[in-house]
Amino acid sequence: MQAYLAEYLPILIFLAIAVGLAVVIVAASLLVARQRPDTEKLSAYECGFEPFDDTRGRFDVRFYLVAILFIIFDLEVAFLFPWAVALGDIGLLGFWSMMLFLGVLTVGFVYEWKKGALEWE
Amino acid sequence: MIAGLAFYLFAGILIASAVMVVTSRNPVHGVLFLILAFFNAAALFLIAGAEFLAMILVIVYVGAVAVLFLFVVMMLDIDFARLREGFRRNAPLGLVIGGILLIELLLVAAAWRFAPEAAALRLQPVQPDGVTNTEALGRVLYTDYVYAFQIAGLILLVAMIGAIVLTLRDRPTAKRQDVAAQIARSGSVVTRRVPIGAGLAETGIARPPLPEAPKPKQVEHQGGGHH
Amino acid sequence: MAEVLYVAQTVVIVLLIVVPLLLGVAYLTYAERKVIGAMQLRQGPMTVGPWGLLQPLADGLKLFLKETVVPSGANRGIFILAPMVTFILALIGWAVIPFGDGLVLADINVGVLYLFAISSLGVYGIIMAGWASNSRYAFLGALRSSAQMVSYEISIGLIIISVLLTAGSLNLSAIVRAQEGLWFVIPHFPMFMLFLASMLAETNRHPFDLPEDEASLVTGYNVEYSSMAFALFFLGEYANMILMAAICSILFLGGWLAPFGFVPFTWIPGPIWFILKICAVLFIFIWARATLPRYRYDQLMRLGWKVFLPLSLLWVVVTSGVLVAFDLLPR
Repeated sequence: MQAYLAEYLPILIFLAIAVGLAVVIVAASLLVARQRPDTEKLSAYECGFEPFDDTRGRFDVRFYLVAILFIIFDLEVAFLFPWAVALGDIGLLGFWSMMLFLGVLTVGFVYEWKKGALEWE
Repeated sequence: MIAGLAFYLFAGILIASAVMVVTSRNPVHGVLFLILAFFNAAALFLIAGAEFLAMILVIVYVGAVAVLFLFVVMMLDIDFARLREGFRRNAPLGLVIGGILLIELLLVAAAWRFAPEAAALRLQPVQPDGVTNTEALGRVLYTDYVYAFQIAGLILLVAMIGAIVLTLRDRPTAKRQDVAAQIARSGSVVTRRVPIGAGLAETGIARPPLPEAPKPKQVEHQGGGHH
Repeated sequence: MAEVLYVAQTVVIVLLIVVPLLLGVAYLTYAERKVIGAMQLRQGPMTVGPWGLLQPLADGLKLFLKETVVPSGANRGIFILAPMVTFILALIGWAVIPFGDGLVLADINVGVLYLFAISSLGVYGIIMAGWASNSRYAFLGALRSSAQMVSYEISIGLIIISVLLTAGSLNLSAIVRAQEGLWFVIPHFPMFMLFLASMLAETNRHPFDLPEDEASLVTGYNVEYSSMAFALFFLGEYANMILMAAICSILFLGGWLAPFGFVPFTWIPGPIWFILKICAVLFIFIWARATLPRYRYDQLMRLGWKVFLPLSLLWVVVTSGVLVAFDLLPR
């Protein structure tokens, strides 16, 4: 077993304690506090009237677009991490290859800006 | 010893949750199991010594891709009972396609040969003289594999343009804020000192004539209701 | 036997982090009410205990004794799971935070990535709550919130890259040590300001608290929550604020380092400096809440995508260009 793996064991223990704490907090309150549900209390909050239908309807496609663009830029950031750490060792070639990569993505960014994909109304 | 046990634990949970992804009735639960599977895969990466890949797996797949899946599954208004109706009818076709895929996989597995060094390289991350995982990756990715890296950039560009072309609908009725126009307009509003007690007419402040106000409709107030 | 001892020791250390953290969260709510009160010429809580010092405990006890309401249309399992996810994520980020030189629970090589991963998971608690509640307001709040957090995640990532370029390591202790002599807030001052604003957006705080917009969404994604399930959201949100403040002080304000390397400053131990810096950043959080009006949603998205993203990307290019041109890169 490698030495650095030992560094992850505390995280696992931390996770276990955090999960335990969360469960205990909710369960203890459930047990201690008086539970008296009724239909009116359990209905979803609305302004005075009954909800018409299921809430989980369609919504603006723009939210999907934001999620997709986020994935792309997140990948870009993921590519930047090793580059930022190793830039001292890879010299000018490494620097310019990343500049080209960022340039290509900037073209995409300008495209989406011009097309109005970043506009909200 | 502990690493070996942990491997089987995480691999077991990974396979179990992958099975649950396919079999769970509620698609949202399916996506949540998928996330659990990603986490276990990340733990396997950790055990194999790929710290950077483990974290990137969580950041990209759990933090971004699965969010999109969850968006789509939660918010698309699909009647999943209806989707299931065609199951019986399409089952033979599905079986045929699945069978072909299985044969292909078997062919690949049969033709698989391990490199002679593979056994020695197993569980042996490339870490010469205490260089961290991330740095080792960074030293080769942008120089030795520069073409692959640039192709990755182009693929991302295509994905970006594709997403916009497919999803963007221009709606002419939408109202948008034009910041530059708002700022440029500031000269048209002026502040003036007005003598106390003077009316608009006396101070000479020009005001565009009001359009002829339509006669207010007589509304029958039936008491109460509005306040 | 040695393993059992090791595990027991780790458990004790974890509790030494978690318990003060939860107390800190409780008193952060108190500090928030007091500071905002002072800014509005009020006194804030004064009734429970001297100067209202027991108010957070009273609030906690009240929530504890309330009934846990699970709406009838809700998806029970996910509904209960959502606040737990928020709370757990806000806690486990602390596993890698260095409180002093060598005072860190898990000194992993990829500490920054770990924190980035944790913060990118934060959106799950909210999105699960919004969907599981099956309520219109909760759903809208969750939708807004997830799009908002996701948008600011990118600029946070790019800002972190700029810092990494000057630090040359993903290890948090190494990043702090790289700031001996010069805190990164000075060379990266514009990024520090962007990070503060992105932090507010990422934790859904004023002026970017659109997800819980009282005026239009009746507090948004957690409208259906009560009792300890609500309290977990609350604790998670505030623990997240403290975590973000800690990340900010590690990346820009030199973590546990004293501001000057000579005598009267070096007498104070590192962890105290670290806590003081966290408090200073938290004060900015509260100050922003007392001072700034809420953003409109389209303005918020424009700020994230059209201002912060290009600016932080440009700063990455400029920083790396300068470092390469003058051969200043850390080895």
